[in-house]
Amino acid sequence: MSTKSKRKSKVKMSRQDKIFQKVIYLLSALMLVIVIYPLYFVVIASFSDPAAVAGGQVWLLPKGLTLDGYKELFKHSEIWTGYLNTILYTLVGTAIGLFVNITAAYALSRRDLVGRGFLNLLFVFTMFFNGGLIPTFLTVQDFHLDNTFWVMVLPFSVSVYNMIVARTFFQNSIPMDIYDAARIDGCGNLRYFAQIVLPLSKAILAVIGLWTAVGLWNSYFNALIYLKDSSLYPLQLILRNILITNNMQMSLGSGEAMQVALRLSNLMRYSVIIVSTVPIMCIYPFVQKYFNQGVMIGAVKG
Amino acid sequence: MKKKSVRTGAKGNLWRRIARNWGLYLLLLPALTLLICFTYKPMYGVLIAFKEYKPVKGILGSAWADPWYKYLKKFFDSFQFKTTIRNTLVITLYSMLVMFPLPIVLALGVNQLKNRTYRKIFQTVTYMPHFISTVVMVGLLTLLLSPGSGLLGAICGMLGIEAPNFLGQPSAFKHLYVWSDVWQHVGWDSIIYIAALSSVDPSLYEAATVDGATNLQKIKYVDIPMLVPTAVIMLIMRFGSLMSLGFEKVYLMQNDLNLTASEVISTYVYKIGIINVQYSYSAAINLFSTVINFILLVLVNQISKKVSDNSLW
Repeated sequence: MSTKSKRKSKVKMSRQDKIFQKVIYLLSALMLVIVIYPLYFVVIASFSDPAAVAGGQVWLLPKGLTLDGYKELFKHSEIWTGYLNTILYTLVGTAIGLFVNITAAYALSRRDLVGRGFLNLLFVFTMFFNGGLIPTFLTVQDFHLDNTFWVMVLPFSVSVYNMIVARTFFQNSIPMDIYDAARIDGCGNLRYFAQIVLPLSKAILAVIGLWTAVGLWNSYFNALIYLKDSSLYPLQLILRNILITNNMQMSLGSGEAMQVALRLSNLMRYSVIIVSTVPIMCIYPFVQKYFNQGVMIGAVKG
Repeated sequence: MKKKSVRTGAKGNLWRRIARNWGLYLLLLPALTLLICFTYKPMYGVLIAFKEYKPVKGILGSAWADPWYKYLKKFFDSFQFKTTIRNTLVITLYSMLVMFPLPIVLALGVNQLKNRTYRKIFQTVTYMPHFISTVVMVGLLTLLLSPGSGLLGAICGMLGIEAPNFLGQPSAFKHLYVWSDVWQHVGWDSIIYIAALSSVDPSLYEAATVDGATNLQKIKYVDIPMLVPTAVIMLIMRFGSLMSLGFEKVYLMQNDLNLTASEVISTYVYKIGIINVQYSYSAAINLFSTVINFILLVLVNQISKKVSDNSLW
């Protein structure tokens, strides 16, 4: 049946459709180039002689191959402290985020939870209303969490969006019958959650874990607001200084020596972008299917 | 007598139902504790917007502002009021105008790619920039667009024209902001629509083919109606954040040269509150924008409910 209809549609493919198909493929190819080229340029620029990059001689292949940019990185110890901090924040923060959101999501997914409607509202309301920057800042100070490791991983680990996605998953994929059966066998809620629900929910754990990890790896706002001590700075805050703040000061200077220094620092910027972004980019293709799954689960209105 | 026992029975039943699921409440406890401590407690802290807040006196101890709306009025009267509101609205509306339809168009296009491998590569590549951090993204912009040394400088040099300094032009700010967002997120934002399209019943296409529909007609009469419910929800969500333009990217893209076009509510709140330490004033500005957002969200949701039957709640 399906082959028959396929053949039929092939026969019926009109001239207009053929042109349409070609246009779509052409546009998509153009878009691929627009997305890839800037990224590719950063890669080759990071290996090229900075004078050649500034002179517009680097287009498709690196020119005057050099590792100076990467060598320069090793002189900046704050980058590596930041790197280590970010790894710690990401690992601990992801663990906390998973624990907090998944447990709550499961409880909220159970229809026999008394007060479910109210509790749901309590969480969802915060998506649309909040106290704002200063009241939150003062609260964190009240708890003496500012300028500590914990402010980066604990206070803001509840993500209502992630919770709704996980809740929707539990509602749709863990049949209540299993719980009824387990309960008759004397299994309580906690044991049921740990031994039966969690092993069945690896997909959603992966999705929420990855979303949380990417968010933590990339964020700088909380660090900017709450951290004073530069030894606690995550990579992104260090990157901000290197990539953006310094750039503005540098471009104000002029003269020959300044030009050379500017070029070297530009080269280092290309390198630091590569070094900070590669970990996420490398993991991404392997976990892509989980990301997509998550968005699709979330698309089912919760 | 009988009635009474039935009544206590019902009550006992409720408590028994709660007690039987004590484990679930325990599971809820960590998230609920954090939510109350770090989200609901600050909501109470909003009171400082109407007080002369002094940290040593605390929220309750500080005197009420005179009049209570003093800081709201101060914002309305300040010369930054018009600028920040205008900039915020211009950037969010522009962003909405571009970032709402483009993912839909992209999804419709991707749905037409019949070659599986190519389609997969295309999706992988277009999702990729989503994982670049905001800091790196803005760093990329500064690097590539700096007139002296960037890619733009090189291209302009080849064409023999002087490279414009986009990063320092107030008029270019919104375009840079929105189109770099498109570059970074359009692929990712299309996933939700691609998912919706993948659930189209193939027999609909077959029927359309039998009726002699062209591909464009199939998009118009099969695909687009399929996307409407998702699109409406996404649109409502966007309206709900009209006044809360994200801080992170704007703040990074700001410099002294483009400040007239790049000062928005969230960056102003940050500067007044964290840098100038005027807590009450900053909280008042923040509250103002949050309330407007909330009202807009409720309003748009109600309208959508009436007009299209799609709503958040």
